Amino acid sequence: MQIVEPQVTVSTAQQLGLTPEEFEKIQEILGRTPNFTELSIFSVMWSEHCSYKNSIIWLKTLPRDGERLLVGAGEENAGLVDIGDGLACAFKIESHNHPSAIEPYQGAATGVGGIHRDIFTMGARPIAALNSLRFGNPELPHTRRLIRGVVKGIGNYGNSFGVPTVGGEVYFNDCYNQNILVNAMSVGIVKVGETVSARADGPGNPVFIVGSATGKDGIHGATFASADLTEDSAEDLPAVQVGDPFQEKLLLEASLEAIKTGAIVGMQDMGAAGITCSTSEMSAKSETGMRIDLDKVPTRQPHMKPFEILLSESQERMLIVGHKGREQELYDVFDKWDLVCEQIGEVTATGRLEFYQDGQKVADVPAEPLVLGGGAPVYKREFKRPAYLDQIAAFNPDSVPVPEDYVATAKKLFASPNLVSKRWIYEQYDSMVRTNSMGTNSPSDAALVRVKGTGKALSVTTDCNSAYVYADPYVGGMIAVAEAARNIVCSGAVPVAITNCLNFGNPYNPEVYWQFVHALKGMGEACRRFDTPVTGGNVSFYNQSVFKDRTEPVYPTPTIGMLGILDNFSNAMTLDFKQAGDQIYLIGPPCTDLGSSEYLRRIHNIRFSPAPRFDLEEEWAVQEAVKAVIRQGWAASAHDVADGGLFTALMESAMVRSLGFEIETDPVFRKDAYLFGESQSRVIITVSAENEDEMVNYLNSKNVSFSKLGEVKGGSALVDKTDFGPVAGWKEMFDQTLGNEMER
Amino acid sequence: MKFGVVVFPGSNCDDDMMHVLGTVMEQETVKLWHKDDRLAGFDTGDCIVLPGGFSYGDYLRSGAIARFSPIMNAVVEFAGSGGMVWGICNGFQILCESGLLPGVLLPNSGQKFICKNVHLSVTSTQSPITAELKAGQVLKIPIAHADGRFYADDQTMAELRANDQILFKYCDEAGAVIDSANPNGSLDAIAGICNRQRNVFGMMPHPERAAEPILGNADGRLMFESLLASVSAV
Repeated sequence: MQIVEPQVTVSTAQQLGLTPEEFEKIQEILGRTPNFTELSIFSVMWSEHCSYKNSIIWLKTLPRDGERLLVGAGEENAGLVDIGDGLACAFKIESHNHPSAIEPYQGAATGVGGIHRDIFTMGARPIAALNSLRFGNPELPHTRRLIRGVVKGIGNYGNSFGVPTVGGEVYFNDCYNQNILVNAMSVGIVKVGETVSARADGPGNPVFIVGSATGKDGIHGATFASADLTEDSAEDLPAVQVGDPFQEKLLLEASLEAIKTGAIVGMQDMGAAGITCSTSEMSAKSETGMRIDLDKVPTRQPHMKPFEILLSESQERMLIVGHKGREQELYDVFDKWDLVCEQIGEVTATGRLEFYQDGQKVADVPAEPLVLGGGAPVYKREFKRPAYLDQIAAFNPDSVPVPEDYVATAKKLFASPNLVSKRWIYEQYDSMVRTNSMGTNSPSDAALVRVKGTGKALSVTTDCNSAYVYADPYVGGMIAVAEAARNIVCSGAVPVAITNCLNFGNPYNPEVYWQFVHALKGMGEACRRFDTPVTGGNVSFYNQSVFKDRTEPVYPTPTIGMLGILDNFSNAMTLDFKQAGDQIYLIGPPCTDLGSSEYLRRIHNIRFSPAPRFDLEEEWAVQEAVKAVIRQGWAASAHDVADGGLFTALMESAMVRSLGFEIETDPVFRKDAYLFGESQSRVIITVSAENEDEMVNYLNSKNVSFSKLGEVKGGSALVDKTDFGPVAGWKEMFDQTLGNEMER
Repeated sequence: MKFGVVVFPGSNCDDDMMHVLGTVMEQETVKLWHKDDRLAGFDTGDCIVLPGGFSYGDYLRSGAIARFSPIMNAVVEFAGSGGMVWGICNGFQILCESGLLPGVLLPNSGQKFICKNVHLSVTSTQSPITAELKAGQVLKIPIAHADGRFYADDQTMAELRANDQILFKYCDEAGAVIDSANPNGSLDAIAGICNRQRNVFGMMPHPERAAEPILGNADGRLMFESLLASVSAV
């Protein structure tokens, strides 16, 4: 068959998302004009999604070293952390925002599939999944359709694949109306020394493709992820991939079994940019090349063009480099699992990727210039302080009236979709398969996942309050890390490392880029303080919707996925009040601060206010105190004060066992700020009467502020003697509100 | 006594079963591969477990393809000769599809996958997994399924009742069998049944997920203990 390809000009390059300057650079690298296939290869590899060209300069400023880290950030498909007992934890978070905005079910499903593949391609078995979701206004039918699709997609994929979804977060805000965010995280376990690297060493070694056949789905997906989401984006449907969790389950088992044979040199999953990305990254890492025969690639339909095979983002595929002479061992394993394993080429010493079809060479490009850290472009973008920050600075708390009826105000606030239980969502996820989920019957601020065969558990959480980051990217970036660490500390564990998913608007917009730069600065500073290096993650730009007269970026949303280690089950801590008579303490400073609270947005309809009060050193002192109080065995419960403020946090602890509480507010502070403000670095601890003195003596000896709030008592909530009603009634509202909204 | 846990492509609770039977209950337990057509080394005093998961992806009716796996011929034969077969979740669906148990499991009435703790009332103690329990005893056991709505025609239902084949019903925390405690719309709130000979039992809830104190719930362990006790009593 004669291969007919379009003539390549600078406008072809532009249509594929490349700039004229980048097109010139490609011509320089090749010493000629690329053909269409080659141009396609460059366009995906140099897309933001694969090259990080607009972010890498700033990503490199994040702390990326630590004594527990077994591979550096960006070196492999995911971060790898030593957890002791001869085991390591591989973990990573990634976005699948644009596909989910267009086709929520498949977009979210393949997001889950993709991140698990990143983990097991390293030889680790995924044992837990988390996610971080952002939707628009749930009162819009469009939003509810997206929620249903995303939740079903995450559920169907993860449930079938057999990895529990143990934690996550969901926020609603108008800024995500068109451009939702779907960030998925996977956490896996591997024996130290038994990991597999994404390398292509040894010229002459065979290159295999395993798993699903290659189809036309997801072509130019990486480029699609690197462009603004527009009204026309629904026409890009072929750029969305289709997932098959059953294939992925087989691929998981077969891959781990194949690794055990020792016949594998290197392995990389095929995600963005498919065969192109895996062949170029593996080759570049080993300073080798590959000769690939595209006719050997199993395809779903005949007559696929070279660029279609190369760019296809068909899911559930792996590229494997095996040891020459040991091919049969690999065939045997994949045959056992009824999976296709096809040799499609071999490693060469040329440093070039040579693709053939019908005996003709259809593309010949050097590997190194394609990849991040090699010759892919690196840009310094300009940034300028966003104008809206003036509106934030102009906020005057005195203009906010104090509520007349605190009970009614609390009820209205508490019913906010951002604060109520996400039960309607998480009950659609299998949260218990693999029988390690310690939170099923005893909830903690972070999810505790037992590591079988050890006395340890992992503590994992995803966190980011993007309203804080919008109000002050630097402080908000710090808070995202601090809150994740606080959650892990409240679960009894010690924070160890993070992965991040940086969701921002268009990087060519200087105001958006200002948000990006400052959020990273804050994040980096907090990571250094908590000694939680960044092990990897992903950047998702272009999260904004384009309307006729304006573009609206989403709130800057740098989601933190944090890993902690619980070294002893006896230190595990839960968030629920345990029994009447326990004393309720607040560790951390109360203050008159309403900044960026759900209370301001929901009760007073105020969108512009500063980030909540935050001081990194104070946060550190509070977390150290909480750690000690838990380890000494004094704490009966520990719960972080977060969205919705102190009242919400108390109610969350009370509802689990429907236990009431009685507290007094401190007249030094404005009462609505005391109850509903979201100033940071605060943790509610309950302590039995017999441990109270010891705990108080200890806290007095430390440089940390704390105060007594009241006690666990009866079945109702009493604040300054005002009866807020039975906790069971609040629980009913908490559990049912979102479900009622979704099922209406 | 020995346990064999069948691994179908797409099984995902096989490791959990291996863990509970092997490590927690300290029983001799081996994995069995779906392509094997014989149960070598098993006799009628042993137990074959069909674990949960999504066999063959369950893209067709749940369990409808797995029943044609080579090993199912051997399992049917094993059951016919009196060996014990225990199907949980997808395993229950496969047992119904293969005819070892009556009835079918339809999509949940809410049309959604549900994963949560539910309560079960022990309806019959005439089975190895309930022999050591008390009738009306309430157990907290998790479910995790999309197709768990038990259904059978009137005659089959009448036989199930007449022969005391209903092992568990969904109930509330206090043991009341009421509609609001039925998570999937199962007929008669049925959560688990056995065959007439009482050597094949199937249930949608997952006792293996509630068998260790570290997970905050060991109610499921009672079924494993009952099974072991009733075998050693024979």
